[in-house]
Amino acid sequence: MTDATASQTAGPFWHMIDFPEWADLLRADGPNAGAAGERIILTGRITDGDGAVVPDAMVEIWQADADGRYDSGFHGFGRCATDGDGVYRFVTLKPGAVPGPGNGTQAPHIVIAIFARGLMAGVMTRAYFSGDARLGDDPVLALVPQARRATLLARQQKSGLWRLDIRLQGEGETVFLAA
Amino acid sequence: MSDPIPYRPIAAGSQPPLDLPSYRSTGKRHPMAAPVHIPTTLTEASAPNFATPWYAPHTNLSVVDGKAAMGERIIVAGRVTDENGRPVPNAMVEVWQANASGRYHHARDQHDAPLDPNFLGRGRVITDAEGQYRFTSIRPGAYPWRNPGPGWRPQHIHFGLHGTGFAQRLITQMYFPGDPLLVMDAVFLGGGDEAARERLVAVLDPELMQPDWALGYRFDIVLRGRAATPFENA
Ligand SMILES: [Fe+3]
Repeated sequence: MTDATASQTAGPFWHMIDFPEWADLLRADGPNAGAAGERIILTGRITDGDGAVVPDAMVEIWQADADGRYDSGFHGFGRCATDGDGVYRFVTLKPGAVPGPGNGTQAPHIVIAIFARGLMAGVMTRAYFSGDARLGDDPVLALVPQARRATLLARQQKSGLWRLDIRLQGEGETVFLAA
Repeated sequence: MSDPIPYRPIAAGSQPPLDLPSYRSTGKRHPMAAPVHIPTTLTEASAPNFATPWYAPHTNLSVVDGKAAMGERIIVAGRVTDENGRPVPNAMVEVWQANASGRYHHARDQHDAPLDPNFLGRGRVITDAEGQYRFTSIRPGAYPWRNPGPGWRPQHIHFGLHGTGFAQRLITQMYFPGDPLLVMDAVFLGGGDEAARERLVAVLDPELMQPDWALGYRFDIVLRGRAATPFENA
Protein backbone atom coordinates (compact mmCIF):
# COMPACT_ATOMS: atom_id res chain seq x y z
CA MET A 1 0.00 0.00 0.00
CA THR A 2 1.24 3.50 -0.87
CA ASP A 3 -0.25 6.56 0.80
CA ALA A 4 -2.07 9.01 -1.43
CA THR A 5 -0.04 11.78 -3.05
CA ALA A 6 0.04 14.90 -0.90
CA SER A 7 -2.26 17.74 -1.79
CA GLN A 8 -0.75 21.13 -2.64
CA THR A 9 -2.42 24.49 -3.01
CA ALA A 10 -4.03 25.33 -6.34
CA GLY A 11 -2.32 28.73 -6.04
CA PRO A 12 -3.43 32.05 -7.52
CA PHE A 13 -3.16 31.04 -11.19
CA TRP A 14 -5.43 27.99 -11.39
CA HIS A 15 -7.63 29.97 -13.83
CA MET A 16 -5.39 28.55 -16.54
CA ILE A 17 -7.76 25.58 -16.32
CA ASP A 18 -10.93 27.62 -15.87
CA PHE A 19 -13.51 27.16 -18.60
CA PRO A 20 -16.31 29.53 -17.59
CA GLU A 21 -18.93 27.60 -19.58
CA TRP A 22 -18.53 24.68 -17.17
CA ALA A 23 -20.48 26.70 -14.57
CA ASP A 24 -23.61 26.17 -16.68
CA LEU A 25 -24.36 22.44 -16.49
CA LEU A 26 -27.38 22.90 -18.77
CA ARG A 27 -25.66 24.81 -21.59
CA ALA A 28 -27.05 24.08 -25.01
CA ASP A 29 -23.82 22.66 -26.41
CA GLY A 30 -22.89 20.78 -23.24
CA PRO A 31 -23.29 17.20 -22.01
CA ASN A 32 -26.68 17.85 -20.35
CA ALA A 33 -28.49 19.69 -23.12
CA GLY A 34 -32.16 18.84 -22.80
CA ALA A 35 -31.85 16.98 -19.48
CA ALA A 36 -35.15 16.76 -17.61
CA GLY A 37 -35.69 18.41 -14.26
CA GLU A 38 -36.12 21.71 -12.45
CA ARG A 39 -33.58 24.32 -13.51
CA ILE A 40 -31.99 26.13 -10.59
CA ILE A 41 -29.22 28.59 -9.91
CA LEU A 42 -26.94 27.85 -6.96
CA THR A 43 -24.93 30.85 -5.88
CA GLY A 44 -23.22 32.35 -2.86
CA ARG A 45 -20.31 34.36 -1.56
CA ILE A 46 -17.12 32.91 -0.13
CA THR A 47 -15.45 34.85 2.68
CA ASP A 48 -12.36 34.35 4.85
CA GLY A 49 -11.59 34.66 8.55
CA ASP A 50 -11.83 38.46 8.39
CA GLY A 51 -15.10 38.32 6.47
CA ALA A 52 -13.21 39.52 3.38
CA VAL A 53 -14.35 38.09 0.06
CA VAL A 54 -12.30 35.34 -1.60
CA PRO A 55 -12.09 36.49 -5.23
CA ASP A 56 -9.75 33.79 -6.52
CA ALA A 57 -11.33 30.47 -5.49
CA MET A 58 -12.00 27.46 -7.69
CA VAL A 59 -15.41 26.05 -6.87
CA GLU A 60 -16.54 22.65 -8.13
CA ILE A 61 -19.87 20.90 -7.70
CA TRP A 62 -20.90 17.27 -8.00
CA GLN A 63 -24.50 16.12 -7.83
CA ALA A 64 -27.06 13.52 -8.87
CA ASP A 65 -29.71 14.03 -11.52
CA ALA A 66 -33.32 15.02 -10.87
CA ASP A 67 -34.12 11.42 -9.92
CA GLY A 68 -31.20 11.15 -7.50
CA ARG A 69 -29.07 9.03 -9.82
CA TYR A 70 -25.34 9.30 -10.46
CA ASP A 71 -25.31 6.66 -13.21
CA SER A 72 -27.95 7.98 -15.58
CA GLY A 73 -25.66 9.86 -17.93
CA PHE A 74 -26.42 13.22 -16.36
CA HIS A 75 -23.05 14.98 -16.01
CA GLY A 76 -23.48 16.48 -12.55
CA PHE A 77 -20.16 18.30 -12.55
CA GLY A 78 -19.43 21.99 -12.75
CA ARG A 79 -16.55 24.33 -12.07
CA CYS A 80 -16.51 28.07 -11.64
CA ALA A 81 -14.25 30.84 -10.42
CA THR A 82 -15.42 33.24 -7.75
CA ASP A 83 -15.70 36.77 -9.11
CA GLY A 84 -14.30 39.99 -7.64
CA ASP A 85 -17.04 39.91 -4.98
CA GLY A 86 -16.22 36.34 -3.98
CA VAL A 87 -19.38 35.05 -5.66
CA TYR A 88 -19.74 31.66 -7.34
CA ARG A 89 -22.74 30.80 -9.52
CA PHE A 90 -23.89 27.56 -11.14
CA VAL A 91 -26.82 26.78 -13.39
CA THR A 92 -27.95 23.22 -12.87
CA LEU A 93 -30.86 20.88 -12.13
CA LYS A 94 -32.27 20.40 -8.68
CA PRO A 95 -31.03 16.94 -7.67
CA GLY A 96 -33.30 14.23 -6.34
CA ALA A 97 -32.90 12.28 -3.11
CA VAL A 98 -30.01 9.80 -3.19
CA PRO A 99 -29.73 6.38 -1.53
CA GLY A 100 -27.91 6.55 1.79
CA PRO A 101 -26.22 4.09 4.12
CA GLY A 102 -28.21 0.95 4.86
CA ASN A 103 -31.65 1.36 3.38
CA GLY A 104 -31.64 5.07 4.16
CA THR A 105 -32.11 8.07 1.93
CA GLN A 106 -30.08 11.24 1.67
CA ALA A 107 -31.97 14.47 1.17
CA PRO A 108 -31.25 16.21 -2.14
CA HIS A 109 -27.80 17.81 -1.97
CA ILE A 110 -24.97 19.17 -4.07
CA VAL A 111 -21.33 18.65 -3.07
CA ILE A 112 -19.24 21.82 -3.18
CA ALA A 113 -15.44 21.59 -3.30
CA ILE A 114 -13.31 24.71 -2.84
CA PHE A 115 -9.67 25.13 -3.82
CA ALA A 116 -7.65 28.35 -3.57
CA ARG A 117 -4.41 30.05 -2.77
CA GLY A 118 -3.99 29.61 0.98
CA LEU A 119 -5.78 26.26 1.02
CA MET A 120 -3.19 23.48 1.08
CA ALA A 121 -5.97 21.02 0.29
CA GLY A 122 -9.45 21.45 -1.07
CA VAL A 123 -12.31 21.60 1.39
CA MET A 124 -15.68 19.99 0.72
CA THR A 125 -19.13 20.76 1.97
CA ARG A 126 -22.71 20.16 0.85
CA ALA A 127 -25.57 22.42 -0.15
CA TYR A 128 -28.93 21.10 1.03
CA PHE A 129 -32.22 22.79 0.21
CA SER A 130 -33.98 24.62 3.08
CA GLY A 131 -37.51 23.49 3.67
CA ASP A 132 -37.05 20.03 2.15
CA ALA A 133 -39.12 17.55 4.14
CA ARG A 134 -36.34 14.95 3.96
CA LEU A 135 -33.69 17.02 5.78
CA GLY A 136 -34.65 15.55 9.14
CA ASP A 137 -33.81 12.03 7.97
CA ASP A 138 -30.54 12.85 6.25
CA PRO A 139 -27.74 10.68 7.69
CA VAL A 140 -24.98 13.18 6.90
CA LEU A 141 -26.74 16.23 8.32
CA ALA A 142 -27.44 14.18 11.42
CA LEU A 143 -23.67 14.06 12.07
CA VAL A 144 -23.39 17.84 12.02
CA PRO A 145 -23.90 19.62 15.35
CA GLN A 146 -27.37 21.17 15.32
CA ALA A 147 -26.05 24.68 15.92
CA ARG A 148 -23.94 24.56 12.74
CA ARG A 149 -26.37 22.79 10.37
CA ALA A 150 -27.59 26.05 8.90
CA THR A 151 -24.19 26.48 7.21
CA LEU A 152 -25.18 23.62 4.88
CA LEU A 153 -28.66 24.90 4.04
CA ALA A 154 -29.08 26.86 0.83
CA ARG A 155 -31.97 29.34 1.06
CA GLN A 156 -34.38 30.13 -1.72
CA GLN A 157 -34.11 33.82 -2.70
CA LYS A 158 -36.84 33.52 -5.28
CA SER A 159 -38.19 30.71 -7.41
CA GLY A 160 -35.26 28.63 -8.65
CA LEU A 161 -32.58 30.84 -7.09
CA TRP A 162 -30.77 29.22 -4.17
CA ARG A 163 -28.08 30.89 -2.12
CA LEU A 164 -25.45 29.36 0.14
CA ASP A 165 -22.69 31.60 1.44
CA ILE A 166 -19.51 29.90 2.57
CA ARG A 167 -17.33 31.13 5.40
CA LEU A 168 -13.91 29.48 5.32
CA GLN A 169 -12.98 30.51 8.85
CA GLY A 170 -14.28 32.22 11.96
CA GLU A 171 -17.75 33.33 12.95
CA GLY A 172 -20.39 31.23 11.22
CA GLU A 173 -17.66 28.99 9.78
CA THR A 174 -19.06 26.54 7.26
CA VAL A 175 -19.05 22.90 8.26
CA PHE A 176 -16.66 21.01 6.00
CA LEU A 177 -17.05 17.30 5.48
CA ALA A 178 -14.49 14.52 5.10
CA ALA A 179 -15.46 11.09 3.80
CA MET B 1 -28.80 -1.73 -1.90
CA SER B 2 -25.23 -2.42 -0.74
CA ASP B 3 -23.22 0.49 0.59
CA PRO B 4 -20.08 1.68 -1.18
CA ILE B 5 -16.79 0.41 0.24
CA PRO B 6 -15.50 3.28 2.41
CA TYR B 7 -12.35 5.20 1.57
CA ARG B 8 -9.33 4.57 3.77
CA PRO B 9 -8.76 7.15 6.43
CA ILE B 10 -6.01 9.59 5.45
CA ALA B 11 -2.67 8.26 6.73
CA ALA B 12 -0.93 10.44 9.32
CA GLY B 13 1.76 12.64 7.78
CA SER B 14 0.72 11.94 4.21
CA GLN B 15 -1.13 15.23 3.72
CA PRO B 16 -0.44 18.89 4.55
CA PRO B 17 -2.04 20.69 7.48
CA LEU B 18 -4.51 23.38 6.43
CA ASP B 19 -3.04 25.74 9.05
CA LEU B 20 0.51 26.28 7.84
CA PRO B 21 1.98 29.49 9.34
CA SER B 22 5.03 29.42 7.04
CA TYR B 23 2.62 29.88 4.10
CA ARG B 24 1.08 33.22 4.93
CA SER B 25 -2.06 32.94 2.83
CA THR B 26 -3.32 30.01 4.90
CA GLY B 27 -3.76 32.36 7.88
CA LYS B 28 -7.26 33.63 7.14
CA ARG B 29 -8.38 30.86 4.85
CA HIS B 30 -7.98 27.63 6.75
CA PRO B 31 -11.04 26.40 8.67
CA MET B 32 -10.58 26.43 12.45
CA ALA B 33 -12.90 23.51 13.13
CA ALA B 34 -11.94 19.96 12.18
CA PRO B 35 -14.01 18.54 9.34
CA VAL B 36 -17.03 16.43 10.23
CA HIS B 37 -16.27 12.84 9.25
CA ILE B 38 -19.02 11.25 7.21
CA PRO B 39 -19.54 7.77 5.83
CA THR B 40 -18.65 7.12 2.20
CA THR B 41 -22.00 7.41 0.48
CA LEU B 42 -22.91 7.06 -3.17
CA THR B 43 -22.17 10.80 -3.47
CA GLU B 44 -18.50 10.45 -2.50
CA ALA B 45 -18.03 7.10 -4.23
CA SER B 46 -19.24 8.30 -7.63
CA ALA B 47 -17.55 10.81 -9.92
CA PRO B 48 -18.03 12.60 -13.21
CA ASN B 49 -17.20 10.75 -16.40
CA PHE B 50 -14.68 12.86 -18.28
CA ALA B 51 -13.98 10.34 -21.03
CA THR B 52 -16.35 12.17 -23.35
CA PRO B 53 -15.97 14.56 -26.29
CA TRP B 54 -16.53 17.53 -23.94
CA TYR B 55 -13.11 16.99 -22.39
CA ALA B 56 -10.88 16.58 -25.40
CA PRO B 57 -7.22 15.85 -24.59
CA HIS B 58 -4.57 18.49 -25.11
CA THR B 59 -1.23 16.88 -24.39
CA ASN B 60 1.39 18.92 -26.22
CA LEU B 61 2.04 22.19 -24.42
CA SER B 62 5.34 22.78 -26.23
CA VAL B 63 3.95 24.24 -29.45
CA VAL B 64 1.31 26.79 -30.45
CA ASP B 65 0.21 26.85 -34.08
CA GLY B 66 3.20 24.73 -34.99
CA LYS B 67 5.68 27.16 -33.40
CA ALA B 68 7.94 25.85 -30.65
CA ALA B 69 7.92 27.38 -27.19
CA MET B 70 11.15 28.65 -25.66
CA GLY B 71 12.88 26.46 -23.11
CA GLU B 72 13.92 22.94 -22.27
CA ARG B 73 11.48 20.47 -23.84
CA ILE B 74 10.31 17.77 -21.45
CA ILE B 75 8.09 14.73 -21.49
CA VAL B 76 6.16 14.22 -18.27
CA ALA B 77 4.49 10.85 -17.88
CA GLY B 78 3.36 8.55 -15.13
CA ARG B 79 0.76 6.27 -13.76
CA VAL B 80 -2.25 7.07 -11.63
CA THR B 81 -3.01 4.34 -9.12
CA ASP B 82 -4.96 4.14 -5.89
CA GLU B 83 -3.51 3.37 -2.46
CA ASN B 84 -4.09 -0.33 -3.13
CA GLY B 85 -1.86 -0.17 -6.20
CA ARG B 86 -4.70 -0.52 -8.66
CA PRO B 87 -4.49 1.60 -11.81
CA VAL B 88 -7.11 4.34 -12.17
CA PRO B 89 -8.29 4.41 -15.78
CA ASN B 90 -10.35 7.28 -17.21
CA ALA B 91 -9.04 9.73 -14.62
CA MET B 92 -8.94 13.32 -15.83
CA VAL B 93 -5.47 14.81 -15.38
CA GLU B 94 -5.16 18.57 -15.81
CA VAL B 95 -1.88 20.51 -15.70
CA TRP B 96 -0.98 24.18 -15.63
CA GLN B 97 2.40 25.83 -15.30
CA ALA B 98 4.60 28.88 -15.87
CA ASN B 99 6.70 29.22 -19.00
CA ALA B 100 10.47 28.75 -19.15
CA SER B 101 10.96 32.25 -17.73
CA GLY B 102 8.69 31.64 -14.76
CA ARG B 103 5.71 33.62 -16.09
CA TYR B 104 2.14 32.34 -16.26
CA HIS B 105 -0.08 33.10 -19.23
CA HIS B 106 -2.51 34.67 -16.76
CA ALA B 107 -3.76 38.25 -16.51
CA ARG B 108 -3.03 38.49 -12.80
CA ASP B 109 0.60 37.34 -12.98
CA GLN B 110 2.60 40.47 -12.09
CA HIS B 111 6.04 38.92 -12.62
CA ASP B 112 7.90 40.95 -15.26
CA ALA B 113 9.55 37.93 -16.88
CA PRO B 114 8.68 37.68 -20.59
CA LEU B 115 5.60 35.95 -21.90
CA ASP B 116 6.11 33.43 -24.68
CA PRO B 117 3.47 33.61 -27.43
CA ASN B 118 4.13 29.95 -28.14
CA PHE B 119 3.46 28.75 -24.63
CA LEU B 120 0.02 28.79 -23.03
CA GLY B 121 0.84 26.33 -20.26
CA ARG B 122 -2.25 24.23 -19.78
CA GLY B 123 -3.10 20.67 -20.69
CA ARG B 124 -5.55 17.85 -20.15
CA VAL B 125 -5.51 14.11 -20.65
CA ILE B 126 -7.60 11.11 -19.62
CA THR B 127 -5.66 8.13 -18.24
CA ASP B 128 -5.65 4.93 -20.29
CA ALA B 129 -6.69 1.45 -19.14
CA GLU B 130 -3.41 1.10 -17.17
CA GLY B 131 -3.84 4.49 -15.51
CA GLN B 132 -1.11 6.07 -17.61
CA TYR B 133 -0.87 9.68 -18.77
CA ARG B 134 1.69 11.62 -20.79
CA PHE B 135 2.35 15.26 -21.67
CA THR B 136 4.97 17.08 -23.71
CA SER B 137 5.86 20.46 -22.27
CA ILE B 138 8.62 22.91 -21.35
CA ARG B 139 10.49 22.93 -18.07
CA PRO B 140 8.92 25.80 -16.12
CA GLY B 141 11.05 28.52 -14.57
CA ALA B 142 11.13 29.43 -10.88
CA TYR B 143 9.14 32.55 -10.05
CA PRO B 144 8.88 35.06 -7.20
CA TRP B 145 5.99 35.18 -4.75
CA ARG B 146 5.17 37.29 -1.73
CA ASN B 147 5.72 35.06 1.25
CA PRO B 148 8.23 35.29 4.07
CA GLY B 149 11.38 33.41 3.06
CA PRO B 150 13.55 33.41 -0.03
CA GLY B 151 10.67 34.74 -2.11
CA TRP B 152 10.99 32.28 -5.00
CA ARG B 153 8.96 29.16 -5.69
CA PRO B 154 10.86 26.14 -7.02
CA GLN B 155 10.08 24.98 -10.55
CA HIS B 156 6.79 23.11 -10.51
CA ILE B 157 3.84 21.92 -12.56
CA HIS B 158 0.37 22.08 -11.06
CA PHE B 159 -1.66 18.86 -11.39
CA GLY B 160 -5.39 18.37 -10.88
CA LEU B 161 -6.97 14.91 -10.84
CA HIS B 162 -10.44 13.46 -10.76
CA GLY B 163 -10.68 9.74 -10.08
CA THR B 164 -13.57 7.27 -9.83
CA GLY B 165 -15.01 8.86 -6.68
CA PHE B 166 -15.40 12.55 -5.90
CA ALA B 167 -13.64 11.92 -2.56
CA GLN B 168 -10.47 11.22 -4.59
CA ARG B 169 -10.33 14.72 -6.04
CA LEU B 170 -6.73 15.90 -5.76
CA ILE B 171 -4.83 19.05 -6.64
CA THR B 172 -1.07 18.82 -6.20
CA GLN B 173 2.24 20.05 -7.64
CA MET B 174 5.07 18.16 -9.31
CA TYR B 175 8.62 19.29 -8.56
CA PHE B 176 11.98 18.62 -10.24
CA PRO B 177 14.77 16.55 -8.66
CA GLY B 178 17.73 18.47 -7.32
CA ASP B 179 16.00 21.87 -7.30
CA PRO B 180 17.90 23.85 -4.62
CA LEU B 181 14.79 25.93 -3.86
CA LEU B 182 12.88 22.91 -2.58
CA VAL B 183 14.43 23.00 0.89
CA MET B 184 13.24 26.58 1.41
CA ASP B 185 9.76 26.36 -0.10
CA ALA B 186 6.90 26.65 2.38
CA VAL B 187 4.39 24.93 0.10
CA PHE B 188 6.62 21.95 -0.71
CA LEU B 189 7.87 21.62 2.88
CA GLY B 190 4.30 21.84 4.16
CA GLY B 191 3.21 18.92 2.01
CA GLY B 192 3.51 16.31 4.74
CA ASP B 193 6.30 14.17 6.18
CA GLU B 194 9.54 13.43 4.33
CA ALA B 195 8.10 10.45 2.49
CA ALA B 196 5.08 12.49 1.38
CA ARG B 197 7.32 15.29 0.08
CA GLU B 198 9.58 12.83 -1.72
CA ARG B 199 6.59 11.58 -3.72
CA LEU B 200 6.02 15.12 -5.03
CA VAL B 201 9.40 15.11 -6.78
CA ALA B 202 9.48 13.63 -10.28
CA VAL B 203 12.21 11.21 -11.34
CA LEU B 204 14.45 11.86 -14.32
CA ASP B 205 13.70 8.77 -16.40
CA PRO B 206 16.01 7.64 -19.23
CA GLU B 207 13.17 5.52 -20.62
CA LEU B 208 11.13 8.64 -21.32
CA MET B 209 13.96 10.66 -22.85
CA GLN B 210 14.15 11.24 -26.55
CA PRO B 211 17.70 11.96 -27.78
CA ASP B 212 18.04 15.31 -29.55
CA TRP B 213 14.48 16.16 -28.60
CA ALA B 214 13.30 16.01 -24.97
CA LEU B 215 14.19 15.17 -21.40
CA GLY B 216 11.83 12.80 -19.62
CA TYR B 217 10.40 12.92 -16.11
CA ARG B 218 8.24 10.30 -14.46
CA PHE B 219 5.64 11.45 -11.95
CA ASP B 220 3.39 8.73 -10.55
CA ILE B 221 0.32 9.83 -8.63
CA VAL B 222 -1.60 7.94 -5.96
CA LEU B 223 -5.25 8.70 -5.28
CA ARG B 224 -7.08 7.62 -2.15
CA GLY B 225 -8.07 3.95 -2.08
CA ARG B 226 -10.93 2.01 -0.57
CA ALA B 227 -10.55 0.04 2.65
CA ALA B 228 -9.54 -3.56 1.96
CA THR B 229 -12.51 -5.13 3.67
CA PRO B 230 -16.03 -4.14 2.66
CA PHE B 231 -18.25 -3.21 5.58
CA GLU B 232 -21.09 -5.65 5.05
CA ASN B 233 -23.41 -4.28 7.69
CA ALA B 234 -22.27 -0.70 7.98
FE1 LIG C 1 2.53 27.90 -9.53
